[in-house]
Amino acid sequence: MRNILVPLYAIIIFLVLWELLVWVNDWPNYKMASPSDIWPAFWKFKVLFFQYGWDTLWRTVVGLFIAVLCGVFLGMIMGFSKVLREAIYPLLVGFNAIPKATVVPIIALMFVGQHDLNTVLIAFMISFFPIAVSVSIGLSTLEPEYRDILRSLGASKSLIFWKIALPKTLPEFFGALKVAVTLAFIGTNLMEIVSPHGRGLGALFDSGKTNSDYPLMFAVLIALALLGIGLYYVVVVLEKIFAGWAERSSD
Amino acid sequence: MSLYKKKDTIIIKDVTHTYKTETGLLPVIKNLNMSVPENGFTAVVGPSGCGKSTLTKLISGLLQPDEGEVYLGGEKITTPRPTVGMAFQNPVLLEWRSVIKNVILPLEIVPNKLNSLEKEKRAKQLLSLVGLEGFEEKKPSELSGGMRQRASLCRALVHKPEVLILDEPFGALDAFTREDLWQVMHNLRKEEPFTGILITHDLRESIFLADEVVVLSGRPASKQFFVKVPKSKIPKLESLYSSKSIDLLKSLRKQIEIAQNQQEQNK
Repeated sequence: MRNILVPLYAIIIFLVLWELLVWVNDWPNYKMASPSDIWPAFWKFKVLFFQYGWDTLWRTVVGLFIAVLCGVFLGMIMGFSKVLREAIYPLLVGFNAIPKATVVPIIALMFVGQHDLNTVLIAFMISFFPIAVSVSIGLSTLEPEYRDILRSLGASKSLIFWKIALPKTLPEFFGALKVAVTLAFIGTNLMEIVSPHGRGLGALFDSGKTNSDYPLMFAVLIALALLGIGLYYVVVVLEKIFAGWAERSSD
Repeated sequence: MSLYKKKDTIIIKDVTHTYKTETGLLPVIKNLNMSVPENGFTAVVGPSGCGKSTLTKLISGLLQPDEGEVYLGGEKITTPRPTVGMAFQNPVLLEWRSVIKNVILPLEIVPNKLNSLEKEKRAKQLLSLVGLEGFEEKKPSELSGGMRQRASLCRALVHKPEVLILDEPFGALDAFTREDLWQVMHNLRKEEPFTGILITHDLRESIFLADEVVVLSGRPASKQFFVKVPKSKIPKLESLYSSKSIDLLKSLRKQIEIAQNQQEQNK
């Protein structure tokens, strides 16, 4: 109960302070909308919010899913082979160093009009790097004794991977997944905002901008925050299920 | 029944092994000959970095010697085999498994006819033998260093290996915990006879636990000195302070010194 009440109070206090800040300064809503402006804005477009919210959500999740597949695969290659790690790593770092905001227009031009593909692609590109790095580090730092206890019994390489290397890497993997889920979400919205005539919460934000509907823009921000929190905690729950052993009890 | 049977379980014959490093060849073992009789327990001591851990890898089949042969139970070793059990200084328990599941691990790899209930029964029996009764479902992170090492010993023995290889298993423990585990080793030997080789830096440990002590020379290691340890039926820690034991320890210490000097000169 306390776990729910404490964050809830914090959110309420935050909203009240926000409302006060706008009220005391007497800001117009194009400077900063207040929480009391946001609900009507949401209610006016509630159908669009749910439709576009769903678009943003599934694009993020699909992009993230592909990022997990590719990231784990790359991580395994780099974790098991030193030569391949030396070959791939600089490429990966260089690719990751490119700000994805600059890639967005390129992708948007490359696949004009294919909003779903564009968005998923950016979500994937922005989020696979931390996963690949964490998996490769997890695998390459496996203490040799762990391998030796199984190898000395005649266990095959794949058996060693399933019994030891994979579970031992899971905490690192989930740590990276928490970062990746936020990144994928950013990627999705970058593309949605830029794509003309697209869908998704990003597109709704953009239409708020074009129509000077400032409360709508703020309402989209809140909706994005809520979706982001939801996605993050889904990863937290998965982590508890699959890598809960890595958590030490605090008492 | 005498402790020794005629048959030797571990035979190391003219073994030479050299590592290839970036700066050239590093000979670690040269013309090593030694053997451990069935149900015997031999301690191997020697200066730091003289190739003792390489020896364990050669016996377990994780490494192939450049020259010479290693035989286990009459068979020449060319690959790792399930008849070996190993424990290291680092207990390497799998943190995501309970203690009992850690002990069962080798039974999941080595071919056997036990069903899951029998596997658990076997693991429980060993755990109670080392004093870990009631800790079966605990996670390794909840155990002390000594308890982790006890669990690690159970894991090394659970599949009834012909040969037990211990690479400084007690090296990281405090002195009193170490002495407790020496008693545990004696219990295990009585209840679960095995042929074993113990790598150690602790001379007291070597004469308290083993039937024979081999002193390796400095790198490249070969057998420099060999002594049989007279044993009483019931091993007592006080026996380590008898004049006989002290004389034995002194002579072993002398041998280590010779080996260290030789290693220094070979540098």
